[in-house]
Amino acid sequence: MPKDFGIGAPQKRREDIRFLTGRGVYTDDLKIAGQTYAVFCRSQVAHGRIVSIDTTATAAMPGVLAVFTGEDFKDVGGNPAGWLIKSRNGEPMREPKRPVLAHGKVRHVGDAYAAVIAETYQQAKDAAEQLAADTVIDELPAIVDMAAAVADASNRVHDEIPDNLCFDWGWIEDNRAKVEEVFKTAPHVTTLELVNNRLVPNAMEPRASIGEYFPGTGDYKLTTTSQNPHLTRLLVAAFVLGIPENKLTVVAPDVGGGFGSKIYHYGEEALVLAAAKKLGRPVRWTAERTESFLSDAHGRDHVTKIELACDKQGNFLAFRTETLANVGAYLSNFSTATPTFLHGTLMAGPYKVPAVYVNVKTVFTNTAPVDAYRGAGRPEATFSLERVIDKMCRELNLDPFEVRRKNFITTDMFPYTTPVGLVYDTGNYQATLDKAIEVGDVKGFEARRAESAKRGKLRGLGLSTWIEACGIAPSHLVGVLGSRVGLYDAATVRVNATGNISVMVGAHSHGQGHETVFAQIVADKLGIPEASVEIVHGDTSKIPFGMGSYGSRSLAVCGVAMTKAVDKIVAKGKKIAAHMLEASEADISFENGKFSVAGTDKAKTFGEIAFSAYVPHNYPLETLEPGLEETAFYDPNNFTYPAGAYLCEVEVDPDTGKVQVCSFTCADDFGNIMNPMVVEGQVHGGVGQGIGQALCENTHYDENGQLVTGSYMDYAMPRASDVPFYTVDYSCQTPCTHNPLGVKGCGEAGAIGSPPAVVNAVIDALHRGGIKVSHIDMPVSPARVWSAIQNA
Amino acid sequence: MYAFDFVRPKTVADAVKALQAEDAQALGGGQTLIPTLKQRLAQPSVLVSLTGIDEMKGVCRDGDVLVIGGGTLHATVAREARAHYPALAALAGNIGDPAVRNRGTIGGSLANNDPSACYPSAALASGATIVTNSRKIAADDYFQGMFTTALEPGEIITSVRLPIPQKAAYVKFEQPASRFALVGVFVAKYAGGVRVAVTGASNNGVFRWTEAEAALSANFSAGAVKGLKATAADLIADLHGTAAYRAHLIGVLTARAVAAAG
Amino acid sequence: MPKVTMRVNGRAVSGEVEGRTLLVQFLREGQGLTGTHVGCDTSQCGACTVHVNGAQVKSCTVFALDVDGAEVTTIEGMANPDGTLGRIQQAFQDHHGLQCGFCTPGMVMAAAALLAENPKPTEAEVRHHLEGNICRCTGYHNIVKAVLAASGQDVSAIAAE
Repeated sequence: MPKDFGIGAPQKRREDIRFLTGRGVYTDDLKIAGQTYAVFCRSQVAHGRIVSIDTTATAAMPGVLAVFTGEDFKDVGGNPAGWLIKSRNGEPMREPKRPVLAHGKVRHVGDAYAAVIAETYQQAKDAAEQLAADTVIDELPAIVDMAAAVADASNRVHDEIPDNLCFDWGWIEDNRAKVEEVFKTAPHVTTLELVNNRLVPNAMEPRASIGEYFPGTGDYKLTTTSQNPHLTRLLVAAFVLGIPENKLTVVAPDVGGGFGSKIYHYGEEALVLAAAKKLGRPVRWTAERTESFLSDAHGRDHVTKIELACDKQGNFLAFRTETLANVGAYLSNFSTATPTFLHGTLMAGPYKVPAVYVNVKTVFTNTAPVDAYRGAGRPEATFSLERVIDKMCRELNLDPFEVRRKNFITTDMFPYTTPVGLVYDTGNYQATLDKAIEVGDVKGFEARRAESAKRGKLRGLGLSTWIEACGIAPSHLVGVLGSRVGLYDAATVRVNATGNISVMVGAHSHGQGHETVFAQIVADKLGIPEASVEIVHGDTSKIPFGMGSYGSRSLAVCGVAMTKAVDKIVAKGKKIAAHMLEASEADISFENGKFSVAGTDKAKTFGEIAFSAYVPHNYPLETLEPGLEETAFYDPNNFTYPAGAYLCEVEVDPDTGKVQVCSFTCADDFGNIMNPMVVEGQVHGGVGQGIGQALCENTHYDENGQLVTGSYMDYAMPRASDVPFYTVDYSCQTPCTHNPLGVKGCGEAGAIGSPPAVVNAVIDALHRGGIKVSHIDMPVSPARVWSAIQNA
Repeated sequence: MYAFDFVRPKTVADAVKALQAEDAQALGGGQTLIPTLKQRLAQPSVLVSLTGIDEMKGVCRDGDVLVIGGGTLHATVAREARAHYPALAALAGNIGDPAVRNRGTIGGSLANNDPSACYPSAALASGATIVTNSRKIAADDYFQGMFTTALEPGEIITSVRLPIPQKAAYVKFEQPASRFALVGVFVAKYAGGVRVAVTGASNNGVFRWTEAEAALSANFSAGAVKGLKATAADLIADLHGTAAYRAHLIGVLTARAVAAAG
Repeated sequence: MPKVTMRVNGRAVSGEVEGRTLLVQFLREGQGLTGTHVGCDTSQCGACTVHVNGAQVKSCTVFALDVDGAEVTTIEGMANPDGTLGRIQQAFQDHHGLQCGFCTPGMVMAAAALLAENPKPTEAEVRHHLEGNICRCTGYHNIVKAVLAASGQDVSAIAAE
């Protein structure tokens, strides 16, 4: 029987009530007295020099209140990179300034170079059109292709960066020579060149921001679509506008999905704040979907050559990769961490491979900035590994299941230090593989394949075994690795006088269900009804300074901070109870919501203790402060390492090249599970996005830097009919050893493990149909499959 | 969107009159026009909505001809044509998505003549007659290239007359993003011969694949088009498929349409 | 400015609009019914789906003046008269058919239209009907399951719950 209360119960989500009745409040739903509208002028060309912007006519148009250009922000700070990477030669990465509005040059289609504020949206739109007409931009040749960008020093995204290279990173540089030796003598080497396709995150709620300024106090307020309001506050206040942090409140209300794209601070947020101050009125902006395509931080976009050295039995000897990673035109906040420490450190996978070397060259291009998108670096690592392993199995005629099994790190090897710098604390990769084989009914595959064949379809089975480092992250580690921020989190548990509880958390829920699941945990720990616990998030004026939600960290970092705060509450409660019950504190135990004296029937309920804390008539005031509110900050001492095995079955129509996913099976190890329903939902969503990456999502810039796939007319989002019901199993559980909840995080797993399973399945289907295709780049579209068949 | 006036006449006559205003534009279901207006790619002075004209709505049978009012919704055709012309009903029931089908109209689709729209293939394969407020136009004369038709400015499609075939089927291969036809093939067999119309594939819009028509008129079986190559047309090449891929799909889908027609 | 009148969730409403005012703008800005969302500008995401005279439409692709006199239902009109969740809404909660909630109103309205014309749809019919509604969070699994459950069909055999 599943639990019906607290930790582990499949509790329905309380937040659903407002979302299902239309009462959610997203940023664009807010209406603020006196509000004005911002519309941005965005570059139509990928690369150009701004010659002149004549604001005269625009400023005189009806309703226009203000016009801003890059000139207005040239003396404020830039939007910073959050992670300093050093090149192999020891030089720090190149960090061009990322201004609020483009100044001097525009560097990608959609780069905002001006903004107009008007009384109405239509007036602002009309005015922005006029301003665009009164702007002269000299178009320069666009730099789109990464290899060409590095090769041609004459054409530069940033004039001061000669080779368009941000950095040339080796991981681990000391392994380089050793790996080279292994490759020289290896009995077999498999090489694969592949593309990890650029994706547009496409949270369904477009970005939106409202800036307010209160002249009476000098306070600012930014309501914005953010996954991490404190981080946004730090960036926009301290780094860009120079506002003291304590004069700015950032509120991220209901947020309609993020997937990474709403981690970052964007220039629009600074603009609405600056404009609100100038006008003394609220200034709002909501992206049109087209603007989202052009200006949200994109994801992935790696071109990789991976080599696998092994013996003839498929025992791995070494991996080596060379990657060109696109950062786009500017460094978005975590764009330098994604292709490096979130990618290179995972390049051993769940395998006991003795030697690994990763080289990543990160390149500026005239395209939108690229940053972390669900999985962030780890999907790229997993895809490279799992594809090259599959290719090797085919070359050596080895069973892909057995090859993975024999290379797995075994349970007796933990904690296991990989050759790429991580220490896996625990896991059981054999168990998840066995489970996937069982629930995915691998035995029945041949019968299903025969049935597909009768209908003229080629059926294939694809496997991927994956691991990720998440629960981001230990500050002491990321600090060594170049992070400029700490990655702890924080929670405050406020027990109110009548015993109900407000929990203020640094994590932000934009779909994950924290309001329900965090309440389950607190209620479980305190033995009180879940309904009496309220989770507060998303408002810097209410919550402690936390770092928000991304990197599958909400539970593993903030959830742990919350339980530590609860522990402090219990500890203080025991002191109060000891006083009230006239017993020694050591004799007080707390269970099921009651403080009792060991060996007696003397007890006080949690509610009685709470009341006493706020009405301290009978209270040890000389030794204990009144009140019952505790805050805890938690910084983990390691990443968490969820892992699993994914199976995908596809049918390929050999006449059209169309791939249909018939089934998808996930066997994951997430450690302990707080709410199985929510965990399943997270995996479903990740797998859906992974299938999208594998089969249909294609972000295509043409040679002029125009985004050809800039709307849903050309960017193929997965729809309901593109995906099957998924089978999700999480019964293999090796609890995380270094956090008290034993949780690992599940938000990104699906997006990390699924793309290679899908592509492996397609290649398998083709091979079983006698079509010897070794690789098809994602998205594996019908046209690409057909073309691969023609060329086979 | 730019600002414009909006009128919603009740009769064809009033609509025709309203469309005489300079830069007036007719609005059918708006499922293509409204997104275009949002992008500020059109700037009409007045939009003349045709949604209030009851005389342009409905599906009825006139002997061997199915007559569909120009303002009839895709959803209505999907329901009401089923008994008379199932292939057409199936086509209508598969355009866009349910919301699009509840606003989009046959007249709007044919007037727009998107090279990837479904309806043009049905009209052309059926040898339909496009009836406007002022004349009747044979389908073979009506489609004049991508987004181009025989309609004069201000002319309104009041109905479409589609001869009902003995057998017919439409098979669409969807462009993965827009779900418009990457290629769509409508095959219709009449006593006088077979007509095959292809949408989605050509830079000149919907076209008849005459080689396939000849082969299928002689032998109405999927095998009859095997090996035939649709090479004459100026085929579209884009991110979603090369010209060669589209040419290949035309053959595959034609064979499938013949098989589906039975 | 022209005036438009309609019944929204059973209540007669009217307001002055421009020719270019979309139904979704009339609902969100004019009537404060912000449950209907705008997720794209090419009429594809379906977050703005409402019912006009019982038929599902994308309110971002309909002019307010074009539905003058119509009966409009939005997500705010889908709860039971006593304020509890309606059948479809309840099924979405029961089966975790939503995460961030942004596409949800459109999904519920689309599902309601489907079940009105097809009370016992198959899985394939549900997926086909949701062609015009994009969700980025759920991978659709629990949405499809919720719609099937709302139709009264047994969904216990569907993987993973």
